[in-house]
Amino acid sequence: MTTDTAVIVRNLRRSYGERVVIDGLDLTIRKGEFVALLGESGCGKTTLLRALAGLDPVNGGQIDGPKQPAVVFQEHRLLPWASLWENVTLGVDTAQGRKQAEAALGEVGLAGREEDWPRNLSGGQAQRVALARALVREPQLMLLDEPFAALDALTRIKMHVLIRELVARHRPGVLLVTHDVDEAIAIADRILVMRNGGIAASYLTADIAPPKLRETLLQELGVESDSRAA
Amino acid sequence: MTIELLNREALKPAVQEHIPRPAATEAQLQLLSWAAPVAILLAWEVASRAGLIAPQVLPAPSSVAGTAWRLTVSGDLFKHLGASLLRAAIGFAIGGAIGFALGVLVGFSRVAEASLDRSIQMIRAIPFLALLPLVIVWFGVDESGKIFLVSLAVLFPIYINTVLGIRQVDPKLLELGRVTGLSRMKTIRKIILPGAMPSILTGVRYALATAWLALVVAETVATTSGIGFLAMDAREFLQTDVIVLAILIYAVIGISADGLARFLERKLLAWHPNYAKEGRK
Ligand SMILES: Nc1ncnc2c1ncn2[C@@H]1O[C@H](COP(=O)(O)OP(=O)(O)O)[C@@H](O)[C@H]1O
Ligand SMILES: [Mg+2]
Repeated sequence: MTTDTAVIVRNLRRSYGERVVIDGLDLTIRKGEFVALLGESGCGKTTLLRALAGLDPVNGGQIDGPKQPAVVFQEHRLLPWASLWENVTLGVDTAQGRKQAEAALGEVGLAGREEDWPRNLSGGQAQRVALARALVREPQLMLLDEPFAALDALTRIKMHVLIRELVARHRPGVLLVTHDVDEAIAIADRILVMRNGGIAASYLTADIAPPKLRETLLQELGVESDSRAA
Repeated sequence: MTIELLNREALKPAVQEHIPRPAATEAQLQLLSWAAPVAILLAWEVASRAGLIAPQVLPAPSSVAGTAWRLTVSGDLFKHLGASLLRAAIGFAIGGAIGFALGVLVGFSRVAEASLDRSIQMIRAIPFLALLPLVIVWFGVDESGKIFLVSLAVLFPIYINTVLGIRQVDPKLLELGRVTGLSRMKTIRKIILPGAMPSILTGVRYALATAWLALVVAETVATTSGIGFLAMDAREFLQTDVIVLAILIYAVIGISADGLARFLERKLLAWHPNYAKEGRK
């Protein structure tokens, strides 16, 4: 693994009992690279992400990456009994925790809310705190599992802009799982399609015009291009 | 024109209903809620003075108040109240500590649950007051028996609610603990205990109620101090004023204990929407 790779996955295999979900999957993500992962529901995207996060065991292959990647889930998973700054620095053992949290909350547009409780936040704000919690660790690899799926369309667009900025500044390798083709096109450098337990296709967003890419991806996912994917 | 007029007429009653009636203010309602108790007290006083109620059956409120004053001035009231509260506090501390420790153990470890929970549940099935004769045989009539009874009463509610609270902690938050690299101790301190706290405090509230019930019963067994002693001693001489006073003191202790539990909930669960008064720390 060279110094600019965030993670290398080789020949990964994962099964639940008899059912093989990931079968011989290879994947490399560079630092600062924003990779989106598309795939039908149930194709194993979450399974892959949890394996990379070290949350679940694997049945074969290698994962060459950080032991503790930062993870953002679909739900914000903020501790309701901890203030925002304590949530952001959870598990970060430094004397300047409070200062770091202030900076991170500022970056996601929540400056001055350090002492607030999570329950006073909207869905979008809570997910921004979850982003701050991920970034304060300065991760080499950041894993996001449909983090914006529960947000309304307008908030989602604002989040797309924000996360692009944050990734450009902190330069972690990013793997974003999404079921939204337009979201993938809007924020990723590279889009992967997962099928049959492996990576079936890979597209660089810089290489293809968005409408064409959208059509291609919808076809990959088995959706007619004239009906918008849900 | 006619139609419009008719319509206006038809609207009238509906509109009138929306005119706010002069509503009673919060303070007035507060005042009203005290009207009935005060009236009853007055009626009781009048009936006693008129000789309708014999003082041996029920003394006049003024006589109870007089007794309270007399015992306060002599210092007896505080001596006995102190003795009762000390028993309750020691019993609560012992029973609470054991109940919490067992709850944490069983809450965390399936092995501990398998080896301990059935026995604890079996002992719990015994109404603890039924143990009173046995407690007297074991401990005699001195302090330790009374403290034992209070401890026993406190132990189970704390135990059960601690186990429940720990088991109910959101597994998604535990997973978050793993991805943020929390140590076992930090996971307990930052996620499991705060998550279990609402349930634990419910246990504390129950425990305060049962501790106080245990105290009342334990103090009817031969004692030389405590509110219970005050009442039992007075019984010998048919001093109903002292007996009523003792009952009132028990009531006040009960209300104070509940107030204490509420206070703890407000302090420790400030983050919780159900308990919080205001949004910020
Ligand atoms: N804990 C589990 N036990 C058994 N099967 C599971 C478990 N978790 C996921 N699966 C199966 O693995 C497949 C992939 O799931 P998942 O990774 O969650 O899909 P995706 O995130 O792509 O929608 C699904 O068919 C699902 O039924
Ligand atoms: Mg999923």
